[in-house]
Amino acid sequence: MKAIVIGCGRVGSAVAQQLLASGWEVIVCDENEDALGRLGEGWTGGFLVGHGMDFQLLKDAGIEEADAVVATTDGDNTNIVIAQVAQTQFQVPTVIARVLDPGRAQFYATRGLRIVCPTSSAIETLVGAVRQAEEVNA
Amino acid sequence: MYVLIAGGGKVGANLTRSLLRAGHEVTLVEQRPYRFDKLEAEFEHQVIRGDATELFVLERAGIKRPPDLLVAATGDDEDNIVICQLARERYGVGNVIARINDPRNQVYFDLLGISPTVSATGAIMGLIEHEVPEHGLIQLLELRKENLEIVEVTIDKGANCQGKRVRALRLPEGARLISVVRDGKAEIPDEETQLEAGDQVLAILEPGKEDELRRILLHD
Repeated sequence: MKAIVIGCGRVGSAVAQQLLASGWEVIVCDENEDALGRLGEGWTGGFLVGHGMDFQLLKDAGIEEADAVVATTDGDNTNIVIAQVAQTQFQVPTVIARVLDPGRAQFYATRGLRIVCPTSSAIETLVGAVRQAEEVNA
Repeated sequence: MYVLIAGGGKVGANLTRSLLRAGHEVTLVEQRPYRFDKLEAEFEHQVIRGDATELFVLERAGIKRPPDLLVAATGDDEDNIVICQLARERYGVGNVIARINDPRNQVYFDLLGISPTVSATGAIMGLIEHEVPEHGLIQLLELRKENLEIVEVTIDKGANCQGKRVRALRLPEGARLISVVRDGKAEIPDEETQLEAGDQVLAILEPGKEDELRRILLHD
């Protein structure tokens, strides 16, 4: 199985490492060459420098044969657009975009994109934790 | 007309000024604090501060009315795509216009069905090609939906079509001459029209037939 991870920040790099460890072929793309350092010294997957909106970069990364694309750049809108391109143009079976803004996350989820919204997850966890404390102290 | 403009850079600000002057109602959205302060001094309550890709900002700007037209004129193409998608699909805005900053992103706007688009680079390239016709064919108009384009050709001395009648040219299917300008007078050509050096010819054709038309009219 082959995955392309676009955006090699804290989240993207960790996703890439875990996928590689579980036997996936992984190609990581990031605008910044230094981001390669986040993948650790033993990184044996692929790494391409370039913007995730670059059609040629996506092709060079092998998007046409990819089983999954994960968009985790630091821009919500960039992730949203890359995910739609991967889905519409390249028919990648599994496309996931990280979107921090809950409003946009919800809207694009209703349009058939798979969205992970860390903000919503954090809110749920925090509220849940407080409620639990409430029960304990009651 | 009520117009919502996202992005108060040079494009958005000048658009706002022109539309207000023409008597339209405009709300401009700008995110950068420094830029916002300048715009607010000029446009007062008609500019609001915020990220126009956030739903609550768009709603504060009045997108629920909805506006007759939304212009996505930020300096970021992904933002412009998302703004147009939100406007059309979530808020039912009928007309959107998107600015393209990097002409290489045109494919994404096309792919996601966002049109019309305006790109300064594209417009300037069109003008340059009009002034410096390198390949002989100058594109005047592209009818994207209809899959047709209108081009202008100036017949030079020694061109393949010089002295020939239109009938004898054997134009390919999907290409037709629509006017011939000679000595400042335009004429709609028929089968018997004879082409001369110096003629300015307008042709309509399907994209992809340019080379064939160029060979027939100009040179091999």
